[in-house]
Amino acid sequence: MNSQSPAVLIEAAEKTYPNGTRALLPVNFTVQRGEFVSLLGPSGCGKSTLLNMVAGLLAPSAGRISVWGESPNAQSQKRQRMSFVFQEATLMPWARVAANVRLPLDLQGIDRADAELRVRDALKLVGLEKFGASYPRELSGGMQMRASIARSLVTDPSLLLMDEPFGALDEITRNRLDDELLSLWRSKGLTVIFVTHSIHEAVYLSSRVVVMAARPGRVVEEIAITPSVPRDDAFRVSTEFAAYAKRLQDSLLRASTNADEALA
Amino acid sequence: MTRDRVHRLLLPLVVACVLVGLWQWWVVAYDIPQFLVPSPLVVAQTLAKDWSLLGAALLVTLKVTFLSLLCSVLLGVAIAFAFVQSKWIETAFFPYAVLLQVTPIVAIAPLIIIWVKSPTASLVICATLVALFPIIANTTLGLRSVNPGLQSLFRMNRATRWQTLIRLRIPSALPYFFGGLRISSGLALIGAVVAEFVAGTGGTGTGLAYQILQSGYQLNIPRMFAALALITATGVALFALMGALSNWALGGWHESAMTLGEN
Repeated sequence: MNSQSPAVLIEAAEKTYPNGTRALLPVNFTVQRGEFVSLLGPSGCGKSTLLNMVAGLLAPSAGRISVWGESPNAQSQKRQRMSFVFQEATLMPWARVAANVRLPLDLQGIDRADAELRVRDALKLVGLEKFGASYPRELSGGMQMRASIARSLVTDPSLLLMDEPFGALDEITRNRLDDELLSLWRSKGLTVIFVTHSIHEAVYLSSRVVVMAARPGRVVEEIAITPSVPRDDAFRVSTEFAAYAKRLQDSLLRASTNADEALA
Repeated sequence: MTRDRVHRLLLPLVVACVLVGLWQWWVVAYDIPQFLVPSPLVVAQTLAKDWSLLGAALLVTLKVTFLSLLCSVLLGVAIAFAFVQSKWIETAFFPYAVLLQVTPIVAIAPLIIIWVKSPTASLVICATLVALFPIIANTTLGLRSVNPGLQSLFRMNRATRWQTLIRLRIPSALPYFFGGLRISSGLALIGAVVAEFVAGTGGTGTGLAYQILQSGYQLNIPRMFAALALITATGVALFALMGALSNWALGGWHESAMTLGEN
């Protein structure tokens, strides 16, 4: 890992599928170490596509993406400095929670005793230390998502990619997990790229929001979120929060009207 | 045992008792001759009286059934793995797997019995041909039904093909495989019986189908019913055994193995 290079550098990366669908117009942006960046936009704006390209799961059809100064695929070869959290918990139903969390370490061939210790630490981080022996189906949706986050943290990544991880949860659970994620981000010095279609979640979590629009998928605007108060329950109902939310909403609306005009 | 499970055992038993009772009453009340419809009591007596004959026949049928089920599992799983390894192989060979399924076994059994010297082997081949397809189809489907998110996770972690197979594909396929196994176990029994019907007296091993044929010639209808009852009981027992096997393998995690009363 090159300590000088930004966490993620995206240079004119775009995605056009072989059938001609333009999933994403050329995108440029940089994510610095320690940032919490949200990709916010409606369905079909290419935010998941972009995240998958950063993860190395999809290749851009043109342009370049580098993670810690290297290509995403070269990166994951070198001991997982990057982890992915999916929309659903994506746990193996046949394996107990501890075995699910241990999976990335098992695949890397890490010594079992060492792996067990790291699994225990990861479960503790997300408050699931008592549930290692449970099967995923025995846990609530929120707890399954916590297990999924524990699995992503077990490799001690420096970059966390999250694809609408809390989208399927009820609002109360979602708010709680947002808080937990923020405190993990701070305590572990993580860099996070977080895909969401919730304006409120984007304002609450992010140090910067990348607003995207659909048809064709593209980046519209980048908005820094720098609240003068700590991010807590009071912040959620503050005027400052509302002002940020309004800015994001306006930006999203403007983008969609522009797209409609362009089509007309 | 939970109340639900008691009910699930008890209710079918009650239905069976009522039906057998009605049958007994009907035969006695209307004085139906034994060579048309024997009463359940007579069938039970015949079963006990002819047990040395019928028990030996049952063993022969069971042997053919289990051997062919074993062959179907080994062959079916191997074929499914080959299909999943390459789309090319699947496209080339899947139509022939279907051909196997749609060709009536009674039509090809005489050929197999002529070609294969050992009577047991020829019966096992026939029954295997009948039982094979569900294993192939279900296991192939199962090996392909892998959660796409988990697949990405394995890719991001640079899992080898082998790791992905052992840790992801095979566990994902298990519920489908057991579904196929349940169907195949019944088909293996049917295949064994049908093949023996076609083989007739040619074989040395005389299974239950042969006993039914013989009893028919001799108008020994009670024995025919007794043999039939044994085949039915075997089928039910096989189904229950496969169900238990599936529950044992998937018990901890898969929805199909959850008992109704839970959660």
